[in-house]
Amino acid sequence: MSLTAVGEPAAERRRAPLGWLLWPALLAATVVLVSLPAGALPAWMTRYPAAWQVPVAAEISAFMRWLMESATFGVFTVRELTRGIAWVLDLPLAAAKAVLAGGIGWGRGAETVSLAPAIPWFSALIAGVAAGYWAGGARLALLMGAGLGYLAVFGQWPSAMVTLASVLVSSALGAAGGLLIGLACVRWRWVERAVSPLLDLAQTMPVFAYLLPMLILFGFGPVSAMIATIVYAMPPMIRVTTLAIRAVPPEIRELGAMTGCTRAQLTWKMLVPSALPALMVGVNQVIMLSLNVVIIASMIGAGGLGFDVLAALRRLDIGAGLEAGLAITVLAILLDRFAQALATKSARAPERDPERAARKRRLLTGAFWVAALLWLAAALKPDIAGYPEALRLSTAPYWNDLVRWINVTFFSTLEAIRAWAFLNLLAPVKRFALALPWVWVVALVGIAGYRLGGFRLAALTVALSLFIAAVGLWQVAMLTVYLCGLAVVVAALIGVAVGVASATRPRLWRAVETVIDLLQTLPSFVYLIPIVMLFRVGDFTALIAIVLYAVAPAIRYTAHGVARTPPALVDASVMNGCTRRQILTRVRLPLALPEILLGINQTVMLALSMLVITALVGTRDLGQETYSALAKADIGKGLVAGLCVAFIGIIADRLISAAAERTKRRMGLGR
Amino acid sequence: MTDPILACRNVSKLFGADAGRAVRDGRVTAGAAELAAVGLIPAVLDVELSIGRGETFVIMGLSGSGKSTLVRCLAGLAQPTAGEILFEGRDLFAMSEAELIRIRRHKMGMVFQNFALLPHLTVLGNVAFPLDVQGRPRAAREARAREMISLVGLTGREDHFPRELSGGQQQRVGIARSLAVGPDLWFLDEPFSALDPLIRREMQDEVLRLQALLKKTIVFITHDFDEAVRVADRIAIMKDGRIAQIGTAEELVLNPATDYVRAFTRDAPRAKILTARSVMAPVGETTDFAGEVAAGARIAAFAHDVEQSDKPFAVVKDGRVIGIVDRLAMIDVLVGRERKTAA
Repeated sequence: MSLTAVGEPAAERRRAPLGWLLWPALLAATVVLVSLPAGALPAWMTRYPAAWQVPVAAEISAFMRWLMESATFGVFTVRELTRGIAWVLDLPLAAAKAVLAGGIGWGRGAETVSLAPAIPWFSALIAGVAAGYWAGGARLALLMGAGLGYLAVFGQWPSAMVTLASVLVSSALGAAGGLLIGLACVRWRWVERAVSPLLDLAQTMPVFAYLLPMLILFGFGPVSAMIATIVYAMPPMIRVTTLAIRAVPPEIRELGAMTGCTRAQLTWKMLVPSALPALMVGVNQVIMLSLNVVIIASMIGAGGLGFDVLAALRRLDIGAGLEAGLAITVLAILLDRFAQALATKSARAPERDPERAARKRRLLTGAFWVAALLWLAAALKPDIAGYPEALRLSTAPYWNDLVRWINVTFFSTLEAIRAWAFLNLLAPVKRFALALPWVWVVALVGIAGYRLGGFRLAALTVALSLFIAAVGLWQVAMLTVYLCGLAVVVAALIGVAVGVASATRPRLWRAVETVIDLLQTLPSFVYLIPIVMLFRVGDFTALIAIVLYAVAPAIRYTAHGVARTPPALVDASVMNGCTRRQILTRVRLPLALPEILLGINQTVMLALSMLVITALVGTRDLGQETYSALAKADIGKGLVAGLCVAFIGIIADRLISAAAERTKRRMGLGR
Repeated sequence: MTDPILACRNVSKLFGADAGRAVRDGRVTAGAAELAAVGLIPAVLDVELSIGRGETFVIMGLSGSGKSTLVRCLAGLAQPTAGEILFEGRDLFAMSEAELIRIRRHKMGMVFQNFALLPHLTVLGNVAFPLDVQGRPRAAREARAREMISLVGLTGREDHFPRELSGGQQQRVGIARSLAVGPDLWFLDEPFSALDPLIRREMQDEVLRLQALLKKTIVFITHDFDEAVRVADRIAIMKDGRIAQIGTAEELVLNPATDYVRAFTRDAPRAKILTARSVMAPVGETTDFAGEVAAGARIAAFAHDVEQSDKPFAVVKDGRVIGIVDRLAMIDVLVGRERKTAA
């Protein structure tokens, strides 16, 4: 019986014209395989035999040990090189931290000679408002004032400044590095060919996985976290740079040649400045990703807001956690809006009226002078630098009371929801995923790859899934697939429904867009806080957090795809007598399908990255594996588990992209 | 043409995987169909021309005729697959990179179809850009740029950004920029194709005015025969990568070399192209003339006078009467009737 089941795909492949039978047949075979009684299949099929495992993890650990302890370039050792790099990179980070948080001076501990205190909150507030006014006008100035005010009033200032310092330095380095690498990719094809697969890996690999090698290479300390942050945040900048520079009109390049520009002049005087608005979008992404990772990295002990949130959650001090989480949100929104204002500023007409321009300039210089003078005053009289205790507000007790009240009043309701979801949704899917024979899953992935993208895609997907089996993480990986898959299905259902509903209703769309903009601005970590409050730790909490985090692209792409149907086609279908429903189901949805698939692809990627974060609330999948490896400093295990997450992401990405490409071709869209 | 500033010898440009080998095999002389069969797209085939100093040379053709590729070869932006481009007698592609940069910085200027203005620079910055590239000090380059801006009539807009200007104004900036270095050779690549017809006329007048003032050598690309007639000393008509005919507008109208050229020139404004010499009749017996016209005068310039008079006008060259034009000749020209004349 098992033989016929496994033999089926080969037969299906030969009968390719009967393609529509393939997927139902595979589904049926899967159900049959799962419901087989134990022992019906040979043991090596259901569970990957331990004897076949390849000890990749142990070898990586051994290699790293060799690298750090004995490897040498002759004149200096690898350890000296990496520690040297760390020392150089620490300079800007230390400087930023000194200015924003720690105070300027030298020496350590008791012997510290203090030159000036950190920039006090009121100076920073004035400077921030002025910068907001300069970049985005009165509205941004108001937002900056309110946001920074919140940080000061609610006692989040010192932690927020530590976080801000790390974000600013790592995103500056990330943006500059990304720009340079992107330019190199445009100039030399071989660089692009070498960098491109690394970008995929860096973006799909969980941060935890390469935080550990960074710690070992560059030493324990904030610098390692910063390097990990840069590695994570740089890829979008590289991608945006290559796209933006290539999109510069060819006439501009020709102009460069005709005016006799050298290569350097062409790049720095023409290409980069004319691509600036597009490049700023990349910078914005770098800042947001940096914030996301800095928060995670600060949990490892670098301090800052992430540490506060985690500490509060561990104490079950929901109110304090919520306030720190809100502070992260505020910081994220301020940084995002400021970067966006910078991006659009370069595309706006400058102030023409000389009088207004002069007034604006006077106002700005005045504000910066006031800020500087106040800083000086704070340096002379340190007691006034801090925010006065008496004026500090805290809503923490109120939140704690609220949560207590909710938990007391609605305990049975919440518990019932949780139990119902667990029994009817989570547990069956989990059982199903774990009961799948690994051989069959590998075969399925291979067949899907072959159908959607041909032999090469099949070879890639099979190789990647075999890697997961061979390193002995199959069971854990299936837990990841189960939770992630379930979250993606839920997110896709919600996303497509909301997207379709709002695509043709501009007013609803504006409301939806505000919400998903906010959802995408929040660092992934923040999502956990309110949900943990209500449902405590566990898979259900993780599921909700993942769905919330990952639903935005599904909505956005669906709405965009549906709204973008050519108006002429809609007119034509109206004239053919289609009802609204028919226009949606017969014209808009089919045409939007490739776009929707791309949205779901993004959803999968976001779900995977969030999944790893949920390790903090006690899921038991690959994320937990990398997180616990970090705690145990088991570098091999952490890297291998991280690679497995990345490979799951790459398999999903390639399959969905291939499907989107195929539907696009079939409908004669694009290309 | 004793002293051509720019010449090209047997220039061909093929696009395709193995263009170089096709040239070595001598297949360039083959027809377009034959080249297409081996996967090559011939953009320019076997072009031979020379452009004299101070001349306004128009390269004309429909889209896909290879005129844009040819001008890119002439400007040294694209390397021809075969043949050579001689600038002041020296092969552009045999020069070193530094030499080529030097020539472009000081001797060439180019105006682009879609303006190619740098979005991050003001009008002043854009016009001063070529001088900035040369490393001139700020004060000097801005003074020169202001001079150029006033030359094209944009004074007062120095601080505007390109996106704040209309299409015609943007192209004026493009023109000012291309003239800022004082080039000897001025390329205009379909400079007015992106503009509305009325603005286009205005800009053509602008080029004529500047040319009367500056006396550059101009290589002007267009797909509009009327435009070519207005600005050109000589016109080269291109079709399928080859030059169909080179000549003055009058030569093209009177003696079209191919049916393609004939079709192109059929609806041309003849009165503005033909001269008295090409429509005159032999002198014969009459000596009773209503007046005199110069042999090289365009018909549009004197048609009105001739029509008013019953008597013919004398066509005069170097003080000698060489023929006559009368009312009938005018009508023939204006309604486009063919009549054999002594050209």
